[in-house]
Amino acid sequence: MTTNSPDAPAGGRTSVEAALKPASGAQRAARETVFELRNVSVFYGRQKAVNDVSMDIYRNTITALIGPSGCGKSTLLRSLNRMNDLIPGARVEGKVLYQGADVYSPQVNPVQVRKKIGMVFQRPNPFPKSIYDNVAFGPRTVGMKGDMDEIVERALRGAALWDDVKDRLKDNAYGMSGGQQQRLCIARAIATEPDVILMDEPCSALDPVSTGRIEDLMLQLKERFTIVVVTHNMQQAARVSDMTAFLMVQVGADEHSRWGELVEYDETNKIFTNPSDERTDNYISGRIG
Amino acid sequence: MADRYQGPRRARLATAGARAAVESVFGEQPRGDRISGMVFRALMLLALATALVMLTSLIIYSAWRGWGRLDLDMITEKPSRIRPEQAGYGPALVGSIYMIVGVIVLVVPVGVGAAVYLEEYAKKDRWYNRLIELNIQNLAGVPSIVFGILGLAFIARGPIGLGLVVATGSITLALLVLPTVIIAAREAIRAVPSSIREGSLALGATQWQTISRQVLPAAAPGILTGVILAVARAMGEAAPLLLVGAAGFTPFLPVLFDGQYSALPVQIYRNAVEPREEFQTLAFAGVILMLAVLLAMNSFAVWLRNRYERRW
Repeated sequence: MTTNSPDAPAGGRTSVEAALKPASGAQRAARETVFELRNVSVFYGRQKAVNDVSMDIYRNTITALIGPSGCGKSTLLRSLNRMNDLIPGARVEGKVLYQGADVYSPQVNPVQVRKKIGMVFQRPNPFPKSIYDNVAFGPRTVGMKGDMDEIVERALRGAALWDDVKDRLKDNAYGMSGGQQQRLCIARAIATEPDVILMDEPCSALDPVSTGRIEDLMLQLKERFTIVVVTHNMQQAARVSDMTAFLMVQVGADEHSRWGELVEYDETNKIFTNPSDERTDNYISGRIG
Repeated sequence: MADRYQGPRRARLATAGARAAVESVFGEQPRGDRISGMVFRALMLLALATALVMLTSLIIYSAWRGWGRLDLDMITEKPSRIRPEQAGYGPALVGSIYMIVGVIVLVVPVGVGAAVYLEEYAKKDRWYNRLIELNIQNLAGVPSIVFGILGLAFIARGPIGLGLVVATGSITLALLVLPTVIIAAREAIRAVPSSIREGSLALGATQWQTISRQVLPAAAPGILTGVILAVARAMGEAAPLLLVGAAGFTPFLPVLFDGQYSALPVQIYRNAVEPREEFQTLAFAGVILMLAVLLAMNSFAVWLRNRYERRW
C-alpha cells in the first residue's frame, strides 16, 4: 500500500491534475508516500547516469541522498521535478510517481510539476532584482491570489530571513551574504507553497554558521513540506534527515562507462549505526569514497 | 602517547608553508620581470595615446576648418548649390533622425527576437540552425554597398516597391545593421547565467515567462549597448543611401513614404565635392554636427542603461 490517492490512478489528464493538487488534511496519514520511484534509470545521451533506482519518499520527512561524487545523486534529484528535461539528450526510464501520478506521462506539463515540487540549488542563485521581487516572482508567475506583501512576508518569515531583511526589501539581493542568499532562495521556493522541496547540496557553498542555520530551517520546514536533500556531507545527513539513501558509482565492464546505483535506503539511524550493506558501512566510516 | 600527537608539528609545517607562499608573492621581484612589465605597460599606453591623438586631431581640425559655419543656420537652413554661405543641413538632419528612429523601431524587435530564438529555443545540433548562425556572422561582414543594391532592387523597386523615399533608406540601413544587433543581443543573452534560468523554471515559470521576466531584463543593458553601436554605424553610412536615393540638395523636409530625402553623411559628401571654399567650410561644420548627434545619442543610451541597472 503505497498509493495514497486511490481516486487518482496513474495516467489521464484529470487524474494527473487531481494528483498535483495539495493533499487534504484527512489524507495526511503517518508515513504517507509522496514519491514512488520504480526502476528509475536516467541517461544523458547514450551514457547511463543512474541505474535502476526504486524507493519511496515519505511526506513531512527529510530524505537525504548521499554518496561519492559522480554517483548520480543530483541527477536522481533533478529527475523528480523534471529539471533534467532542460539538459539536451537527458532521458528517464522507469516510473517516477508523484502521489500516484506518473511525472513523465506525456499528458503532464513539466511546468505544473515544478509548481508543486520546488528546488533549491547548490550555489545560491538569486535573481538580479530586489529581495522583495525575488520572493514575489514565483507567486506572480503562477498567478497566486492574495496580498503580495503578505505572501512575501510569510515566505521570508518561513525562511527565518524576515528580521534580517525587513528594512531593506527593495535592496538588490546580490548585496546579501551567501547564507542569506541561500535562505532567500528557500524563501523564494516556499513562497509558491509547493508540496515538496528538492535541495541540491544547499550548504556546499556556505560557511559552518550559515550551514547550521539552513539545517535548523530544514527541520522547521519539514513540518510543512517534504524535503529531499542531496548532500556531500555525511554529518549533515545524519543531523537532519529521517531517511537516507546511499548511492555508489558502478564501473562498467569496459572501464569507461560509469553510473550510479542505489546501494541502501533506510532510516537514517539504521544507515549510520547498523547498515545492512558492507559498502554503506565502508563509506560512512570513511574507508571508501 | 605524546609523541604520536601530531598537532603542533602539523601547525608548524602549515605556518612554514603559508609563509613561503606569501614571500613568493610579496617578495622582491626579479629585475627582468620588472623591466618587461614596464615595457609592456608603455606599449599599451602608446596604443591608447595613438587612438586618442587621432580622434582629438580629427575633432579639432574639423572644428577649425568648419568654424565659420558653426551657427544655427547650419542646423536649420536648407542646402543650396548657389549660396553655400547661407545653406545648412536642415532636411538632411531631419532625414537622419527619421532613419535613426526607423532603424531602432525595425531592428530592436527583429534583432532581439532572432537572438532569443537562436539562444533559447534553437537546438544547437540541428544543421539548419548552424547554417543560420553561420550566415548571420557572414552577413555582418558584407560591405554596405551590397545592402544598398539589395535595398534598391527589393525595397525601392521590385516586390516591395516603396520608391526612393526615407522609409526605403530606413529599411535598408536596418537590414545592414541587423546582423550586428543579433550578434550583440546573443552575446548579452548568453552572458545571463543559466542558474537564473534554472531558478526561474524551478519555481514553475514557463519558458516564455523565464525569458521575458528574467533573461531579457538581465540582458537589457548589453542589448542596448549593441543597438546603440549599430545605430551609430547606420547613421554614419553614406554608401547604401546613395543607391536608394538620398538626394544631395533637397530643400524639402522628408515624408516617410513620399518625396525626396537626404541624410547627414550624404549631404556632407555632396558639399565636400563642390569646388567653392564655402562648401568646404560647410562640410566640416557638418562633420561636427554629426558627431554632436552621435554623442547625444550615446549619452542618452548610457543614461537609459544606468537607469535600468539601478532598478535591480
